[in-house]
Amino acid sequence: MTADPSLLVEDLAFAYPDGHQALFGVDLRVERGERVALLGPNGAGKTTLVLHLNGILTGGRGRVSVAGLPVQKRHLTEVRRRVGIVFQDPDDQLFMPTVGEDVAFGPRNLGLPEPEVAARVDEALRQVGMAGSADRPPHHLSFGQRRRVAVATVLSMHPEVLVLDEPSSNLDPAGRRELAEVLAGLPVTMLMVTHDLPYALQLCPRSVVLDGGVVVADGPTREVLADADLLAAHRLELPYGFDPRTVP
Amino acid sequence: MGAGHGGPLGSAYVARDSVVHRLPAHVSLVAVVGFALVVVATPVRTAWAPAYAGYAVLVLAAAALARVPAARLARGLVVEVPFVVFALLLPLVARGPRVEVLGLSLSEGGLVAAGGLLAKATLSVLAATVLAATTTPQDLVRGLQRLRLPAVLVQILSFMVRYADVVTGELRRMRVARESRGFRGRGPGALRVVAGTAGALFVRSYERGERVHLAMLARGGDGRLPTGPAVAVPARAWLTGLALPLAAGAVLAAGMLGA
Repeated sequence: MTADPSLLVEDLAFAYPDGHQALFGVDLRVERGERVALLGPNGAGKTTLVLHLNGILTGGRGRVSVAGLPVQKRHLTEVRRRVGIVFQDPDDQLFMPTVGEDVAFGPRNLGLPEPEVAARVDEALRQVGMAGSADRPPHHLSFGQRRRVAVATVLSMHPEVLVLDEPSSNLDPAGRRELAEVLAGLPVTMLMVTHDLPYALQLCPRSVVLDGGVVVADGPTREVLADADLLAAHRLELPYGFDPRTVP
Repeated sequence: MGAGHGGPLGSAYVARDSVVHRLPAHVSLVAVVGFALVVVATPVRTAWAPAYAGYAVLVLAAAALARVPAARLARGLVVEVPFVVFALLLPLVARGPRVEVLGLSLSEGGLVAAGGLLAKATLSVLAATVLAATTTPQDLVRGLQRLRLPAVLVQILSFMVRYADVVTGELRRMRVARESRGFRGRGPGALRVVAGTAGALFVRSYERGERVHLAMLARGGDGRLPTGPAVAVPARAWLTGLALPLAAGAVLAAGMLGA
């Protein structure tokens, strides 16, 4: 395997066509196998950054590369295989008639032979604890199950990096815990965009804080969350009574 | 869709295990269209009444085989109501020789035409109801795909099946939110609010469409919906499925020879 980091973002700046500038020179390096939380208030540029990782947004200043491969138009298929994004609303992500077909969507786009597609669907559904649900229509699943299937739709592409947009949002406490157990057991590099700071502490040893389109903090999650001044300056707040220093 | 799950589209499906349910969707589709074609091709004359009775026996036998409840069949016939209204008008407006029925002067030709129209519509709707009751919407779309319906149409149908629940769910939440703040859908003033809801729903659905497209691109989508390999259908399934239109065809042929 290469020594290239899973994700390398260098001096990335981007303005939307309407002139709104969302990123002002972001640098981020995520090593292979790391789990990193991307924190920041609404409007900080988190989603804009995420959409650059697989080349859905391009054309600004700076460079992005995934395991050494630059994100450019001619590499788009391979880049999108390497970067698996799980979007916030599973109903946006699950558009095929059945769970199995949805998990197969990515591998089939990669042109894999059918036996390989079937094996990957089985493997991905097992990884998220949804084995045996391949024939069910997505809208018959609970919200937590749909979120886990959404993760499987990306795992089936064997991504280098798993990018999760607000993975714990709208989940009930049990669904939130089940997803955490699934995510903690996955052997992939992970970038998790979240407002759920305890979740970040539970799952990600490292946190990066993005605000105003730049990285304003990058360090061990426990230290970042213990820095009350930093949190206050960037509209981040811990839940009532939560003390990151006393969590095991 | 499975048992116990309603939903705007799934409510037509009656979950059972029967010969008819086990038929591949495209075989069932061909069978129903074939049956409807035979029914439509049958001449409208009084002498043909036994043939129509034969068709009715066939389609009811298929329903019985699939164990579709009679109430479900009756509900299916509701879509026929506009035809019924039109058929009831025919004897009043058609010309030609008149007959007296209950003091009304009715056109003889109109009566026969109305009877034919009603019989054909009812038989075809019954067959379609059996199809809907024995095939899930997802399988129907897949069946159409196997019958080489253009890919764009298949995708539109497929998204409709997938998102019907999501969009009606949104509509329901918007209605609940409206009514929770004291809105009553009465009078012309309510129209403005309902139109606003429709507009908001359109914008939301449009935005969802954009997000779905984004999610597709992120997984290497290129506008096609790749599906798995088609499973070969054994000749026996075709024979079972085509028994309905073939038997109907035999009834029609017998009538032709007899006439």
